Amino acid sequence: MTVMDDFPLMDDRPGSSGAQPIVRLRDIRKQYIMGKAGGRHEAIVVHALRGVSVDFYPGEYVAIMGASGSGKSTMLNLLGCLDRPTSGKYLLGDQDVANLSDDELSEIRSRYIGFIFQAYNLIQQYTVWENIQLPLTYQGSGTITAEDDARTSELAEMVGLAERLDHRPNQLSGGQQQRVAIARSLVNDPYIILADEATGNLDSATSAEIMAMLERLNQAGKTIIMVTHEDDIAEHARRVIRMRDGQIISDAPSERMKDAPPDVVGLGLGTGLPGAALAPV
Amino acid sequence: MGRIWRSVKLGIKSLLLHKLRSSLTILGVVFGVAAVIMMLAVGEGAARDAQEQIAQLGATNIIYRSVKPSQDAQSQKTGGRPSRVLNYGLKYEDYDRILATVPTITKALPIREIRREVRNGPHSLEARVVGTTHDYLEFNRLTIERGRFLLPSDNEHYENYCVLAAETARTLFPFENPLRQSVKIGSDYYTVVGVTKPRGSTAAIGGSLAAQEYDKDVYIPLNTCRVRFGERILSSRAGSQEAEETQLSQITLQVAKIEEVPLTAPVIEGAVKPFHEEKKDVDMVVPYDLLEQAKRQAAIFSLVLGSIAAISLIVGGIGIMNIMLATVTERTREIGIRRALGAKRRDITQQFLIETVVLSGIGGMIGVGIGVFVPPLITQFSEIKAVVTPESVILSFGVSVLVGIVAGLYPANRAAKMDPIEALRHE
Ligand SMILES: Nc1ncnc2c1ncn2[C@@H]1O[C@H](COP(=O)(O)OP(=O)(O)OP(=O)(O)O)[C@@H](O)[C@H]1O
Ligand SMILES: [Mg+2]
Repeated sequence: MTVMDDFPLMDDRPGSSGAQPIVRLRDIRKQYIMGKAGGRHEAIVVHALRGVSVDFYPGEYVAIMGASGSGKSTMLNLLGCLDRPTSGKYLLGDQDVANLSDDELSEIRSRYIGFIFQAYNLIQQYTVWENIQLPLTYQGSGTITAEDDARTSELAEMVGLAERLDHRPNQLSGGQQQRVAIARSLVNDPYIILADEATGNLDSATSAEIMAMLERLNQAGKTIIMVTHEDDIAEHARRVIRMRDGQIISDAPSERMKDAPPDVVGLGLGTGLPGAALAPV
Repeated sequence: MGRIWRSVKLGIKSLLLHKLRSSLTILGVVFGVAAVIMMLAVGEGAARDAQEQIAQLGATNIIYRSVKPSQDAQSQKTGGRPSRVLNYGLKYEDYDRILATVPTITKALPIREIRREVRNGPHSLEARVVGTTHDYLEFNRLTIERGRFLLPSDNEHYENYCVLAAETARTLFPFENPLRQSVKIGSDYYTVVGVTKPRGSTAAIGGSLAAQEYDKDVYIPLNTCRVRFGERILSSRAGSQEAEETQLSQITLQVAKIEEVPLTAPVIEGAVKPFHEEKKDVDMVVPYDLLEQAKRQAAIFSLVLGSIAAISLIVGGIGIMNIMLATVTERTREIGIRRALGAKRRDITQQFLIETVVLSGIGGMIGVGIGVFVPPLITQFSEIKAVVTPESVILSFGVSVLVGIVAGLYPANRAAKMDPIEALRHE
């Protein structure tokens, strides 16, 4: 499996002008069919995404906002290669992801994507250490090298849990669990971190801690795309995408970045506006 | 740390999540494996028992015995009424004919058995008086305690000598040394020349050979027996007198090598059978054939016992499958998480397979422990002989692991087929 062994974009980050987008979505649609076709009732088609086109550049920090049911999670899952679009084009680097096999998608998730979930999603029977190392099991040979161990220690240190490596998730607070999840999302050194309401279950003080951590990661060059309901959380990002009914309705710098030049905000700015779907790929 | 070893370690952690449940599942396999080993051990024990008993008859022996003809055969011959004197069984001429016609025979032992009261003053017992030759000792694996056994010369000279078996000696001479004393057998006196050591009795085999006790015997030279007791034996049964006429009770023949048995047996039969076709008053016993037969029976016995036990192993396997299905459903979210973190379908399959194999493997090991430990106790505390063979251990452990794999395959596949997003949403 060598779908993307060389990922030409990743060396020059964060986005200097002229850099290629890391992700390009073109007219992405996703439909869910509820109820079996041919059943007693007409099958109901839910249009979760109706033609989304947007680019993300290396080093961006993007917040996706919108009402419940507007398709944010659906889009994030597609970005994370957890799901395939019904139609449209998804280029990750130069690779069209839409038609990859299940195994190839797994490989991409394992190498290039880091997930952070609202519910932390740690494995209960594993220790902090084992949870952080979990993605390594699914990478390459699956063996864990001394280097991996060193990296795990470093990450645990970074998220401030070096003292609690042997703890189980149920012995940790929500904030601590989420920090483990952040360390876990970083252990395979992904290109993109996807966070779906990462602070949704946390109080404001803990949320602030987590956001500070993401901020530092972004400053270190990680591309972060997060879904949130809260404006003050979105304000941490540099670019805010708003969605409604499965479409992007606005794509602009966040308040604090209003006056910054586009290459500071992120180079994708503007490409995701309605109408960009028509832009040539 | 090897990848598989790591998976096993983490798998154990997952199993420890539900300790009681996992232990109960393991228990199912433990019983299955232990049952298989123990059943096979009992089968093997029975097989060895039978083989030992037959081997005691001597695998190189071929035995001909006189059999009292059934009432049917008797009446057929005399036209409805049993003859007054019942003449049946092996004759001296049979013995001579066999020796003359069958060259592969290395030794032959004629035996005449009569039940008689044996007396020494006030002490007496109803003994089996065996008229035979010096070879009897070796044929029946008897050993001498005191004095000597019968000699060829005793037979040639029609000596009134006798050798007493252990219990006979003890009953007749509770306080004295029986050697050189005389005992009364029937109406004559015999000088005791030897005493044999006690020897366990042999079991009856296949209905053709009755159980034999050796310890209440008295041995006298065959020729002496022939002249003293004659061939006609009178006995009174249910008020009426009955007379039987027999010359020899048994002829035991020996060949040099076990391979010669299957070739020699039909030749001997050819020499004897035509002369007894009508009365059916002789019966040939070939321990070698019995041995082969016992081996076949033992194989079938083990197969039946093993299959019964294997059913419990299968039940254990169903238990595993049941638990793993529940586990997979319960850990749907975990499966989603792993998939999101990059696990391929086959990683998920492998994970759950490893867990089931760990379950069945642990169960198998404990089962082997119990299966190896218990049979010696059974042998020690009961009449049943149980012998654990390495093959049964390997077989049952292998089957338990196999059962684990088979039982795990479906749940593991089911886990792997889950849609990652659906799985992540699962509460
Ligand atoms: N598996 C599914 N089957 C059917 N419909 C689905 C499925 N997943 C999502 N949908 C529908 O697609 C639409 C978008 O859902 P999505 O989860 O992306 O919304 P969201 O913006 O993340 O909402 P929230 O803020 O509540 O998380 C919703 O109408 C939802 O009901
Ligand atoms: Mg959502």
